[in-house]
Amino acid sequence: MADEDFPMQTRALNHWFGAGEAKKQALYDIDLRIARGSLTVLVGPSGSGKTTLLTLLGCLREVQDGSVTLLGHELHGAAPAQTMALRRRLGFIFQAHNLHESLTAAQNVVMGVQVRGRIDDAPARQAAAHVLGLLGLSDRLDYLPANLSGGQKQRVAIARALVGNPDVVLADEPTAALDRDSGANVVDLLKRLGRARGTTTLMVTHDNRILDRADRILTLEDGRIVGDEARGG
Amino acid sequence: MSRLLQALFGRLPIGWLQLTHSRTRFMAALAGVAFANVLVFVQLGIMQSMATATLKPYDFFRADVMISATDANTMSEGGNVARQWMLQAMAHPDVTAGMGLFLANVNWQRAPSALSLTTFGIDPAQTGFLAPDLAAKTAPLRMRMAGLLDRLSRGLPRDEAAGIRPQAPLSFETSGQTLTLYDSFAGGGGFGGDGYMIVSDQTFLSLFPARSSAAPDHILLRLRPGSDAEKVAADLRGLISDKTLRIRSYAAAAQEDLSYQQTRRPTGVIFGFGVLIGVLVGIVIVYQVLSTDVADHMREYATFKAMGYGPGFFLGIVFEEALILGLFGFVPGALIGGGLLTLMGSITTLPLAVTPAMILSVLAGTLVFSTLSGAIATRRLSAADPADLF
Repeated sequence: MADEDFPMQTRALNHWFGAGEAKKQALYDIDLRIARGSLTVLVGPSGSGKTTLLTLLGCLREVQDGSVTLLGHELHGAAPAQTMALRRRLGFIFQAHNLHESLTAAQNVVMGVQVRGRIDDAPARQAAAHVLGLLGLSDRLDYLPANLSGGQKQRVAIARALVGNPDVVLADEPTAALDRDSGANVVDLLKRLGRARGTTTLMVTHDNRILDRADRILTLEDGRIVGDEARGG
Repeated sequence: MSRLLQALFGRLPIGWLQLTHSRTRFMAALAGVAFANVLVFVQLGIMQSMATATLKPYDFFRADVMISATDANTMSEGGNVARQWMLQAMAHPDVTAGMGLFLANVNWQRAPSALSLTTFGIDPAQTGFLAPDLAAKTAPLRMRMAGLLDRLSRGLPRDEAAGIRPQAPLSFETSGQTLTLYDSFAGGGGFGGDGYMIVSDQTFLSLFPARSSAAPDHILLRLRPGSDAEKVAADLRGLISDKTLRIRSYAAAAQEDLSYQQTRRPTGVIFGFGVLIGVLVGIVIVYQVLSTDVADHMREYATFKAMGYGPGFFLGIVFEEALILGLFGFVPGALIGGGLLTLMGSITTLPLAVTPAMILSVLAGTLVFSTLSGAIATRRLSAADPADLF
């Protein structure tokens, strides 16, 4: 099958941390192909290598051994300028919201727009307002993060990740800070984006509500894939 | 402001928003930059006034070449020059006139405090050697014990000085003799004396009986119009038998005096260091503010890196902040510095003032050094690692 059907692929991927005596292998021989438009969930005990895999796929770490192909580009040995350009096509949702405290909700989301270049005030703000509206924050556009609840902040961070229409969304426990309804709302939004735009989501989570809605569940243990279960979604 | 910057940069003015997020911190940072600016302004103002005061006496005379003793580093320093060298100089075809210039301090004992007047003895017949406004007032100097007084002398009430006219002269006693002032001119106290006085060479020799008419302090020469003063000075160095003399064009003598005051005299060096310290304080303050700011926003910057922002974006933020600090700190700094200089000027009657050139150079310096501090602070940016975020 062609590369565009599988925006994320790995082959014989190994990864180590540390050096010399303290060198420890975190990932063993990972072979993976994740289909376009799917919502894949990564589970496994802590220290199993989930986050390492996520950061490798998101070009946040250099590939040491084996191959990672992201959106048709080989990441092993890729130049910094190339990975930087690739990251602009990704949406990251971190466990902590990582919002900029000096920027309002709308401005934080605008950061996800202007990474592509010069912006004009009105259209950028409009795009930000639209996505914040989808996440139920229409009335919080000009609030600073300090004046938002934890769940609201997390939804602003999700809006920031999605506003640039990313091809791939990489998320680490994105619903941890959300209540039941908004958590479900976020997952529905990601699934809608998957169907409508082919947005591919890879998510680390232990949230059962999400597991039920995933297209595929990968289980990682001690750096190896030990389970791969396709779901109806 | 935020909107203006956004339109300017084509991006959110992150630096501005970050700096103004905590108002008290922003104000403290601006106060620091303003303080450094005040320091630089005051020191520069004093240096500038020293230059003005040093060059002031050169303005009283019109000459092309000056012959001085070997140790005459400034106008008021050094030994005498024998009058015979003037006669030798006159042999040069381009030299049209020569005049001996005598110079000493006269103390005017008056209540509440004594005035120390830098007194020049000149030949009142040779008005061509005087600035036009002085030349017009030399007639009374032909009388015995007559003088012209600097009306801007420190410690002299302005109305008293302004009242001195040929019709209403003012007399005072110095070293047992009576001197009569017939007119006044605008000089201004410097770092050496409280003011200036001009008398005839005859009066000068009466005031200082130990001095000889054959040995003035300097010899001034006037040249045929259109001749090159530097070239004639060089010719004279060959022509005059005493090779220890300093024979310079009048302009070069003034410049050498100034550079001696600024680089060799303790006062000049001290104020020069003052400027340097002001600049260093400014650099340290801006660096401290910026590097703390970078350290405080490591997570945010790492997030932006993960989103695909490149090094140029982060440099842009830091330089934006540096320029904001420089510009917004400069305004109060210039106002306070200018106010302090005016205040000091009115107390000391030194020519202390903020000149447009000073404002421009301090502003340019502030922006350059703020940017430099910003450049140092950006080294910490590389520590923002997006891989740590998950």
